[in-house]
Amino acid sequence: MTAEHTAEWVERAIAQAEPGSAHPSRELQVLERIERARRRKPKVREELITLAHGAGGKATRTLVEAVFLEAFRNPVLESLDDGAALDVNGSRMVFTTDSFVVSPLFFPGGDIGDLAVNGTVNDLAVCGARPLYLSAAFILEEGFPVADLRRITDSMAAAAARAGVHVVTGDTKVVQRGKGDGCYVTTAGVGVLDRKITLGPSTVRPGDAVIVSGPIGEHGITIMIARGELDIAADVTSDTASIHDLVATLLDTAPVRMLRDATRGGVATVLNEIAEAAQLAIMVDEPAIPIRPVVNGACELLGLDPLYVACEGRFVAVVDGAHAEAAVDALRRHPLGEAAAIVGTVEADPAGLVLLKTVFGGTRIVDVLVGDPLPRIC
Amino acid sequence: MRFIDEYRDAGKARRLAAQIRELCEPGRQYTFMEVCGGHTHTIYKHGLEDYLPEAVTLVHGPGCPVCVIPMGRVDDAIAIARQPGVIMTSFGDMMRVPGGQGSFLDAKAAGADIRMVYSPLDALKIARTNPDRTVVFMAIGFETTAPSTAMTVLRAAAEGLANFFVFCNHVTIIPAIKAILDSPDQRLDGFIGPGHVSTVIGCRPYEFIASGYGKPLVCAGFEPLDVLQSVHMLLRQLAEGRAEVENQYTRVVPWEGNRKALEVISQVMEVRPYFEWRGLGFISQSALRMREAYAAHDAERLFEVPGVRVADPKACQCGEVLKGVLKPWECKVFGTACTPETPIGTCMVSSEGACAAYYNFGRFTRQRIKETSTT
Amino acid sequence: MCLGIPGEIIELLPGQTDLATVDVVGVRRAIHIGLLGEEGVRPGDWVLVHVGFAMSKIDEAEAAATLALLTGLGAAYTDELDALAESDIT
Repeated sequence: MTAEHTAEWVERAIAQAEPGSAHPSRELQVLERIERARRRKPKVREELITLAHGAGGKATRTLVEAVFLEAFRNPVLESLDDGAALDVNGSRMVFTTDSFVVSPLFFPGGDIGDLAVNGTVNDLAVCGARPLYLSAAFILEEGFPVADLRRITDSMAAAAARAGVHVVTGDTKVVQRGKGDGCYVTTAGVGVLDRKITLGPSTVRPGDAVIVSGPIGEHGITIMIARGELDIAADVTSDTASIHDLVATLLDTAPVRMLRDATRGGVATVLNEIAEAAQLAIMVDEPAIPIRPVVNGACELLGLDPLYVACEGRFVAVVDGAHAEAAVDALRRHPLGEAAAIVGTVEADPAGLVLLKTVFGGTRIVDVLVGDPLPRIC
Repeated sequence: MRFIDEYRDAGKARRLAAQIRELCEPGRQYTFMEVCGGHTHTIYKHGLEDYLPEAVTLVHGPGCPVCVIPMGRVDDAIAIARQPGVIMTSFGDMMRVPGGQGSFLDAKAAGADIRMVYSPLDALKIARTNPDRTVVFMAIGFETTAPSTAMTVLRAAAEGLANFFVFCNHVTIIPAIKAILDSPDQRLDGFIGPGHVSTVIGCRPYEFIASGYGKPLVCAGFEPLDVLQSVHMLLRQLAEGRAEVENQYTRVVPWEGNRKALEVISQVMEVRPYFEWRGLGFISQSALRMREAYAAHDAERLFEVPGVRVADPKACQCGEVLKGVLKPWECKVFGTACTPETPIGTCMVSSEGACAAYYNFGRFTRQRIKETSTT
Repeated sequence: MCLGIPGEIIELLPGQTDLATVDVVGVRRAIHIGLLGEEGVRPGDWVLVHVGFAMSKIDEAEAAATLALLTGLGAAYTDELDALAESDIT
């Protein structure tokens, strides 16, 4: 937005503003006005795509709703779920796709190949589906070492074997040197809905419990460190993993309302999506959130909030409150769920908000970020 | 984490809160300014206001370096970043701050080479490894950060790194506090002093606030118990009729500050006759620039900086909000033209700004108002 | 305004003037210790880290004194009052 635009905006806003008075009810009016503004149809104001549009926060949401949803609108897409539930000749399928761009391509705990398989398997799993088949498309940069490509495909094959899925179709394109980041991978996946259950925000009720399946933020911190720009070292590895088996354990134990894969934007973003879609409140208990000390240390040092840091092998589940303890016990017996914990509860009010009861004993709102969480010095 | 977790103890906070209530004179309202954005962050991050009685209001001050950078300086920095061969380096904080023509993130999207660094030393490293490029460090911050920039310049000079430059936007806190104290409409009862600035300047420079203006200041640490204890210390001073400079953050802040850090600053930098602060206007002797002796590393001398001046929009009432005269929602453009996605004024720019915080957290307030009105 | 985090000095980097490795619960980084002046630092010392520089040595005795004061404040108050305070803030 240019300076002139800003000036115009201001003039218009003043013209619209009610005559100012310091009456207490005016504060409510102002707050109501903000709520209305928040509900307005999203509009992309930028003329160019910025990195914020890919960060999974508000900017991503706006781009998806204002550009993609506008162009492709249909009832299946409108739910903006991790995958699309489809009826195909009488069987219930889930279809999903995801692109992977990560720098560096190889990092402690995994590489872009693991991510590409696990990410799509997890999107299917959190829709309640049993993952079956994947596609894999590669965009390779001229000059990319074949040995590196083999490393990536070996990881993909191993991850697919672990998840019990097959890569059944694919594609390759090569772009000129300098036009790509070595290697981008896009996977799509289909799974089948075996269970007679309905997952989704409409099933969420006050009194339900919110579960996080393991320690948060490890993938995001690992990548940030592996980039080397921050010049820090720490013993932390990516949490990338296929969680379909862990999800199955949960679905076997407790009535589950909905599941989300906590990737970009971290647990905070997922919790907001749930609260917003269900029009209920989520009250999170900060001391209950599983997080390793080293991730906490990195976050303190860089001024980041771990709630917004990406995971690649963790889910957030809303389950019937009465069965939450049993569900967590079952998850903890699974190697990927050892640190699973009940982190909060669903409440009726204030609808659409995520509140955090802090270690210190205060309460604050956990909002969605506009873009990536950036390290800060102040 | 040592020196952190023990200052987040809820049990101690409850006891301290009870003492704070005891110290409030019935019927009296107390307004304290936390000068530093870091304290604002602590207050929101930990939900600290839940422990404060209605009688105590905290006003968020001007100590957020990215909030007070005038739009014209951001435009100047982007103009430098767009020069051929330039790598602009910046702290993450600056990336989203809008000038008149967009932010660093926008400029990066349009092709400028702008990189995020954790330390000015990392910018120096980029200069070392890219000898054919011109590496500019966007230096922002108060006295806490200025010594790091100065030390980095000294290192660049010693290494003979001719391609390393600093675009100096360092500001100093005392003139800003004085500007606020001198404004006729301020109604502050005391200050929560900036702890980390004080590691450098010490506690003496605040003494004029107590002796000249009769207001207490407590130099405070950044954990929530530190802030709560500082409120307690301020209230106790008021109850006892004292106005003094006190140091709550003794584990980190020496009364005399850090002599070495001050020497390094004055070796490399000098005070500008005046500098513009977003929301507060021009304040004399409130910022630093590079000395002639280090001209070889001064981006302002190397580049023809356009020196754009973008006036704060007239409707913007950030100055009043910063001084605690207006609540964020009382500003004419709050929530209409000015939102976190399209900020107009300084208080909406950073998530620590008073208006951004209120915009994001006000919904909670609304809920509370509704609850109180229905019960 | 200025994020400063306590970290423990692990080692002074050999052959590098004014650089030391600092540890923040398992996160390590080389930081500049040249702003600390003559007092200097030794492994095991705790410092306040800001933008890759040690700004100040943390005074452990003062830290203990502040905590003792915080523990002492309101210690005379009964648990009853404690409970009352708790009910106020929820």
